[in-house]
Amino acid sequence: MWDYSETVKDHFYNPRNAGSVDAANATGDVGSISCGDALRLQLKVNPETEVIEDAGFQTFGCGSAIASSSALTEIIKGMTLDQALKVTNQDIADYLDGLPPEKMHCSVMGREALQAAVADYRGETWKDDHEEGQLICKCFAIDAVMIEDTIRANNLRTVEDVTNYTKAGGGCSSCHEGIEEILAKVLAEQGMEFDPEANSWPTPIPTETIPAPTAGKLTNLQRIKKIEDVIDQVRPALQADRGDIELIDVQGNQVLVHLVGACSGCQMAGMTLGGVQQQLMEALGEFIHVVPVQRKAVGG
Amino acid sequence: MTGIYLDNNATTQVASEVLNAMLPYFTEQFGNPSSLHQFGNKVGFAIKTAREQVQSLLGAELDSEIIFTSCGTESDSTAILSALKAYPKRKEIITTTVEHPAILELCKSLEKDDYTVHYLKVDGKGRLNLDDYRKVLSPQVAIVSVMWANNETGTLFPVERMAEMAHEAGVLFHTDAVQAVGKVPIDLKASKIDMLSLSGHKLHAPKGIGVLYLKRGTRFRPLLRGGHQERGRRAGTENAAAIVGLGVACELAGRHLGYENSTVMRLRDRLQDGILAAVPNAFVTGDVLNRLPNTLNIAFEYIEGEAILMLLNKEGIAASSGSACTSGSLEPSHVMRAMNIPFTAAHGTVRFSLSRYNTPEEIERVIAAVPGIVAKLRKLSPYWGDNGPLENPEAMFAPAYA
Repeated sequence: MWDYSETVKDHFYNPRNAGSVDAANATGDVGSISCGDALRLQLKVNPETEVIEDAGFQTFGCGSAIASSSALTEIIKGMTLDQALKVTNQDIADYLDGLPPEKMHCSVMGREALQAAVADYRGETWKDDHEEGQLICKCFAIDAVMIEDTIRANNLRTVEDVTNYTKAGGGCSSCHEGIEEILAKVLAEQGMEFDPEANSWPTPIPTETIPAPTAGKLTNLQRIKKIEDVIDQVRPALQADRGDIELIDVQGNQVLVHLVGACSGCQMAGMTLGGVQQQLMEALGEFIHVVPVQRKAVGG
Repeated sequence: MTGIYLDNNATTQVASEVLNAMLPYFTEQFGNPSSLHQFGNKVGFAIKTAREQVQSLLGAELDSEIIFTSCGTESDSTAILSALKAYPKRKEIITTTVEHPAILELCKSLEKDDYTVHYLKVDGKGRLNLDDYRKVLSPQVAIVSVMWANNETGTLFPVERMAEMAHEAGVLFHTDAVQAVGKVPIDLKASKIDMLSLSGHKLHAPKGIGVLYLKRGTRFRPLLRGGHQERGRRAGTENAAAIVGLGVACELAGRHLGYENSTVMRLRDRLQDGILAAVPNAFVTGDVLNRLPNTLNIAFEYIEGEAILMLLNKEGIAASSGSACTSGSLEPSHVMRAMNIPFTAAHGTVRFSLSRYNTPEEIERVIAAVPGIVAKLRKLSPYWGDNGPLENPEAMFAPAYA
């Protein structure tokens, strides 16, 4: 079973605004029946103010598709069309307290249904601008189409290149075989062969010189600052549950934290740490392992 | 509320007799069966008994034809890779489009190594055409690998006949029988099947134990070398406790074969009739008249399987689905696609797989729960109107690809 948040489960078991909307004046139908997810979003828009007075959905799809649809309708009701168009798929995922990486496309479908419905209201034609492929990197939710396009656009040659440009493969590294296969395929189209021992592109900085901080690489200081930022962002949510989290130390890719109060010993601690770890990986673009420690055990 | 477990094709509970038989091998019977002393000796004899129990369930001629492995997947890989190594000039493999990933993914990877794989197609009910099979059998084929029973639909393949055809063509025949063992009678000494895979945890033994049956005289090349265990055909210290457990599980399975094919089958049929009578726009997939006695796969049109499973789970009912979402892939089950089940139904397939531990009361509770769950999801579905599917549903709702 998926690791769905309580909010996802709530919106699935008790969907808000399910069904068609009376006197709807905007409809967006998106999704792909072959992939098993499709959504019809209907809006009742006030022609004077462009405020969305009512929204409803009908969804053919899994638990998170139904929950994403339900969350979307809750978010946009009362917004003007222009405000609603600023809603991103991340907003939908955040509203649901996160979605598993394999399920982020459900939130993307929600945003696209909204765009399609607004286009319908305005008499425009909505055009889908993204194509989704097989999910390759589960740590950073990068699919095959994205990797292929990036390899073509930047003439990438190695797995390391792909990781530098897309983050794919930068986490647990178990998808490297899949990335190599995509590289081999794209390079073959250009009449080249994938060479696992090729230098990454552009040529890496020789190891004997100390690398200056570049756009891609963080200095130690920047890195720790970012880690602090992420931890600070999650603290209010934990404090609301009478808990807290403290950053103790950073050792290589291990981030040592101390769970305080209601968080320590809580059955949800594992999930909390998993969530923090995921956010750290996304912020830093590298594999991070969050380790819970007792404060006195460190640095002693 | 106690749970109702109808996902026995995924895995089964360990029988209490099996667990009790295993426990001493974690404590006082810890010896290495290869050792000469009394600590090892007793374990060695226990493994010998287990081997005979497996031999008996499979109807194998000799106990030396039984090789213990770590799982069904290892048995499958060992069988196919052995044949390729033993017949290096033969560069073709025959299998089917509906095999378990343990076979299909291996074959796909072998295609990258320049092997040619013939995937036999199935019809709308999941049945093979033996004329297609005959056409691809040739001296270029190293091995045929065809499952005995399909894990999703329970459909049985005529593997005994297919093994004879392979034999006549001088080709090795392997069958992945992990779903069939313990549910259908098997008599390997009377068949031409050269190799067979089974998995302990599908028949109330623990996970982490499997068997490769290897008919005496079949040319064989081990996957794991480095020890004399299993007569040098599968090196590695024996998983003694699990082997003992599998032996007991096989003996129990042999004793319950009749029960599986009468009582369990009747429960399955009652579940099927009860659901189909109460739920419109639902149909059974696979070869209804020729399938495992415990398996029922129903396609609920216009709704999605993961959503069905989550609502079933909320009622304490465990089943599984062929939808894309349950696996995190972009396609519904390859078995449903191979049978040309339309997407609007393939995503809504639910597999109920029973065991001898299920009761009539449980089945009635499932029959009572399913119609409401399906109706709730159909109410959300863009393909469903107030009283049934929209007329011409695929035209009424044709979403833009997103």
